[in-house]
Amino acid sequence: MARVEINQGQRTIVTPRMRRSRLSLARREAMSGYIFILPAVLGFVLWTAGPMLYSAWMSLHEWNLMQPARYVGLANFRRMADDALFWKSLRVTLTYAILLVPLFQVVSLLAAMLLNVNVRGVSFFRAAFYLPTVVPVVAASFLWGWIFNPEFGLLNSYLRKLGLTKILWFQEPRWAMTAMIIMSLWTFGGTMVIYLAGLQGIPAHLYEAAEIDGAGAFRKFFTVTIPMMSPVIFFNFVLGMIGALQAFTQAYVITDGGPQNSTLFYTLYIFRKGFTDFQMGYASALAWVLFALVMVLSLLVFRSFGRRVYYEDDGR
Amino acid sequence: MAADLVNRNQELSAAAASRRRKLIRRGERALIWVVLLLLTVIMLVPFGWMASTALKERAQIFTYPPEWVPDPVLWSNLHEALTLFPFGTFVRNTLLIAGFNIVGVVLTSSLAAYGFARLRFPGRDVIFMILLSTLMLPFAVLMIPRYVQFRELGWLDSWLPLIVPNWFGGSVFYIFLLRQFFRTIPRELSDAAKLDGASEFRIYWQIVLPLAKPALAVVAIFVFLDSWNDFLAPLIYISSPSKYTVSLGLSLFMGNYTTQWAYLMAASTVMTLPTIALFIAAQRYFVRGVVLTGVKG
Repeated sequence: MARVEINQGQRTIVTPRMRRSRLSLARREAMSGYIFILPAVLGFVLWTAGPMLYSAWMSLHEWNLMQPARYVGLANFRRMADDALFWKSLRVTLTYAILLVPLFQVVSLLAAMLLNVNVRGVSFFRAAFYLPTVVPVVAASFLWGWIFNPEFGLLNSYLRKLGLTKILWFQEPRWAMTAMIIMSLWTFGGTMVIYLAGLQGIPAHLYEAAEIDGAGAFRKFFTVTIPMMSPVIFFNFVLGMIGALQAFTQAYVITDGGPQNSTLFYTLYIFRKGFTDFQMGYASALAWVLFALVMVLSLLVFRSFGRRVYYEDDGR
Repeated sequence: MAADLVNRNQELSAAAASRRRKLIRRGERALIWVVLLLLTVIMLVPFGWMASTALKERAQIFTYPPEWVPDPVLWSNLHEALTLFPFGTFVRNTLLIAGFNIVGVVLTSSLAAYGFARLRFPGRDVIFMILLSTLMLPFAVLMIPRYVQFRELGWLDSWLPLIVPNWFGGSVFYIFLLRQFFRTIPRELSDAAKLDGASEFRIYWQIVLPLAKPALAVVAIFVFLDSWNDFLAPLIYISSPSKYTVSLGLSLFMGNYTTQWAYLMAASTVMTLPTIALFIAAQRYFVRGVVLTGVKG
């Protein structure tokens, strides 16, 4: 309760009477604080923490929503070991994330650097790059399904013009993932704008100092831009990874996980187990594995990047 | 912290821009301009292809090499595609859901953001970090238990699962965004009001919210886009076509109509247009939203 004084850093002499009135002020502030955040905290309990616990309970049961749930212990988790589709979907999702996320960051950062130069029409370019991110994913999926159409799609037509053979984008397992990644890269604009905001926050004198030291463009990029941008890169990397692990709609709409399960994203697999097969227990167990995966991957990213992230002023 | 950052960004970018302008030679800038133009063409080609296909005659769709200009221009495609399914209903449904969500999120997330940004109470930062960590929680983890939960509440096949959670703060993303903004509002303003005996709620409602209109606009826009574009949640919770949202309605083309490219693209174009219009009209808000959340996230 002495927080108020500490927080304000005041060192006035506090008489007992003043303290009492301060305390009650602090208490009143705390009370209103709790009231203000109440809806959000309730929401967290009702729609996140509660369901998570519920899901943990379900993962230990066999339940098809019709018959009562039956306790099966860890059987759902053991079952995964022999579930080829589980491993397949895990591999598909990880491949997608590992290929897409770094590529996404590179493209976004490079585009942001180009846009950070004050050329004519730069706001138009920025808008054009951002535009794909507002397209409904279902519409974008249809659109790319059509662009990747093997016979009459735009892409193969141009490949044919260049004298290349046509590619069966979504019909051949080895190309389907590539097509998914190309499609996802189209929406780099959101990440790019974050990078752009970060770039504009880098003080010009750092570049000038580097130039005085005789640094060229590459040197400046690696000794000024990258270190100064490291918190932003880190942030985008983590959020990009979580986004990639959630991929669902494009596969659901375009390929339904095919061909030969080459685009069976993990979320799609959970969806099928839950809402096609109504194996709520197994689906919950799968979801918990995804949760654990996100935790582990985030931790890995934190540990491999975290210490290298440069914070200019950690003014907390 | 955010206030300093935003102000400093503006000062620096102004100073930096003028100095860097000299540093970058004309030739380099011309080259950059050409690269940007090329990239823009690549980014916009899919839009052009979508609109072009939408207006084409069937025979012209299946041609090689592809023709860009529809001849004849079949405006009737738009009408036919949108009457294959009751898109008017889908749009109305989505607007209703989006409206409720905007009010709910703006109200409850700004309340929470006010508490986290401007009031002191024990456990504040811990609670905020816990809430913030849900940003890292994939929806896939929650979709099974939430489905069962809503089933037990008898909310399935209604809009309640899509709306009610948004009246409890919505995504933490918005609380975070507004908190960043609220911290930039000078404390003197609320201190003066407090001395006059104003309650916290009055300060929130009469001083902070009016000043935060641009940030609230950002939230409203993002919530609208979320409601318009969301697919997985409506797919799980809603089964009657009369209650479908726009994205769910579009997915009705899957299967039966996947080879009717003109209709497919026509419907996709029309359902994308509102989001593009919104983006063009409110571009500066989008950028502001990103600046508020992204830097030093």
